[in-house]
Amino acid sequence: MTEAMENNGAHGEKPSRRDFIYIATGGALAVGGAFTIWPFIDQMNPAADTLALASTEVNIGELEEGQEITVIYRERPHFVRRRTAAEVEAARNVDVASLPDRDARNFNLGDGVPATDENRSAMTAAVADGVEIEDALRASMLVTSANCTHLGCVPTEGAGDYGAWFCPCHGSHYDTSGRIRRGPAPENLSVPIMTFTSASVLRLG
Amino acid sequence: MSGPSTYEPKTGFTKWLDSRLPIVRLGWDSFVDFPTPRNLNYWYTFGGILTVCLMIQIITGIVLAMHYVPHIDHAFASVQRIDRDVNYGWLIRSIHAVGASMFFLAVYMHIFRGLYYGSYKAPRELLWILGVVIYLLMMAAAFLGYVLPWGQMSYWGAMVITNLLGAFPIIGGPITEWLWGGFSVGNATLNRFFSLHYLIPFLIAGVVGLHIWALHVPGNNNPTGIEVKSSRDTLPFHPYYTSKDGFGIALFMVIFAFFVFFWPDALGHSDNFIPADPLVTPALIVPEWYLLPFYAILRAVPDKLGGVLLMFGAIGILFVLPWLDTSKVRSMRYRPLARWFFGFFVLACLGLGWAGAELPDTPVPGLGAIGVDFLLMGRVLTVYYFAYFLVILPILGFVEKPSPRPASIEESVLGNTSRPAPAAVPAE
Repeated sequence: MTEAMENNGAHGEKPSRRDFIYIATGGALAVGGAFTIWPFIDQMNPAADTLALASTEVNIGELEEGQEITVIYRERPHFVRRRTAAEVEAARNVDVASLPDRDARNFNLGDGVPATDENRSAMTAAVADGVEIEDALRASMLVTSANCTHLGCVPTEGAGDYGAWFCPCHGSHYDTSGRIRRGPAPENLSVPIMTFTSASVLRLG
Repeated sequence: MSGPSTYEPKTGFTKWLDSRLPIVRLGWDSFVDFPTPRNLNYWYTFGGILTVCLMIQIITGIVLAMHYVPHIDHAFASVQRIDRDVNYGWLIRSIHAVGASMFFLAVYMHIFRGLYYGSYKAPRELLWILGVVIYLLMMAAAFLGYVLPWGQMSYWGAMVITNLLGAFPIIGGPITEWLWGGFSVGNATLNRFFSLHYLIPFLIAGVVGLHIWALHVPGNNNPTGIEVKSSRDTLPFHPYYTSKDGFGIALFMVIFAFFVFFWPDALGHSDNFIPADPLVTPALIVPEWYLLPFYAILRAVPDKLGGVLLMFGAIGILFVLPWLDTSKVRSMRYRPLARWFFGFFVLACLGLGWAGAELPDTPVPGLGAIGVDFLLMGRVLTVYYFAYFLVILPILGFVEKPSPRPASIEESVLGNTSRPAPAAVPAE
């Protein structure tokens, strides 16, 4: 090996044909290797039929005040809650600056929006053309992911220090706006994209 | 200790074979004539026990895979079918499930033995590191396998553990979706977990081969921690240690069989007899007993990413242990201070396991009156766990005065009477 390197040095100030072939082969192997590995990595990502699970329609017409249902949207459970006036009032009376997570985490609004209750409730949902719906109903509706932002457990309804959700796994408390208030969870429960397609149907996604 | 080979083929066939594929020679030198310290105690039989455990898991696992269906609609029922309808399925599944716990029981004995007798120190650092790799692979295999029955604990255990990776900024989200093959733990996840659960035992078998290879270069450590100096310090592996290991394995199998036949579900969790339900989380999610100490470390930190890093760090720190322990004396038999700290370390690990099994806010029995809950207990013991490796072992090497050690392994066993004492003090 050493001898070969010395020979190289003695012969070539400029790179030889063999050096070029050597480097070209190595380069082709590296690039080709990366191209070959990629399909084997990417096959584990969500498949096309999984990605096609676009939307879920929820009938909210029969929801009573204070009632909550859990629906599956994109494989994940989501809380759909028609809150009482007192619950909305409690959520609105919170100073955003005092929250552990001040971002609304609302996919209808994008990043960097303050986590006021108005920015998290169905006030932010789109309304399809020609649909009439009361502001009070939109303000009372709250739809959030039902997976705790800590490690994904489903929080229990009507428990915890804030009377809304409490995660039994590691003790995270959420308020009536689905915002994290106490415990290890880092973020508020996220709000999915939603549209009122009629006065009683809310479409997620 | 791997000296010149003593194998001599006698028949025409073995001579023919030996000059083409010296496989009999390899077996002879490794497991028959292999010179082994004469003072190994029963703590040293766990290596053999672990080999048996691995073989049991692979054989029963291959059989179970003939009847198990890795689909979210059928997995739970297929496991019940194995238990009720498949001929001897109840036995084979029991052996596999109990076997996982027995495997970990044996590996913890094996690890603590290595920690006590300083088996991780030069020239056995790589042997130790390969062992930690095996332990990591075992945890991965156990976690993946626990998901397969698709009960409540399977599902939510998978949920919690895969979400751990989501703690890492930026890459966390895409990595968890990549791991799930969807937006949550689902059918794609179960399918790939089955595939990987089948793969990992063979990886373990490969690393075990390296582990034994790395053992057979410097040879076994022993309870005195003193290197082998002459052939009078050793015995051939067969029949001395084949019989001693065999006896250890037989005793271990008694415990194993007791659980398989009389208490097969004692080491599992009752919630796993409820089919997985993505809408309802069980009130108390706990991992299997052998992962509880790490679960307690995870929960000891209020920050999500911090807890995850600390939990992985608890295992990662084992990789650098050979360079953290500064003592020149290998065995804690001759380290009067270290053996106390080691004792507390074992208690700390057991205590962490206890803390991991309870709700964080529950008061510790007997200590609740002074405000100690399991969260606080977990925190204190987590501090000790890391202090043992990062503070105590590095400092002890400088401040501790070791007690006198025997001149040789032979002397430690037979006393100083068989021959004149060697003048030199052993250099370790």
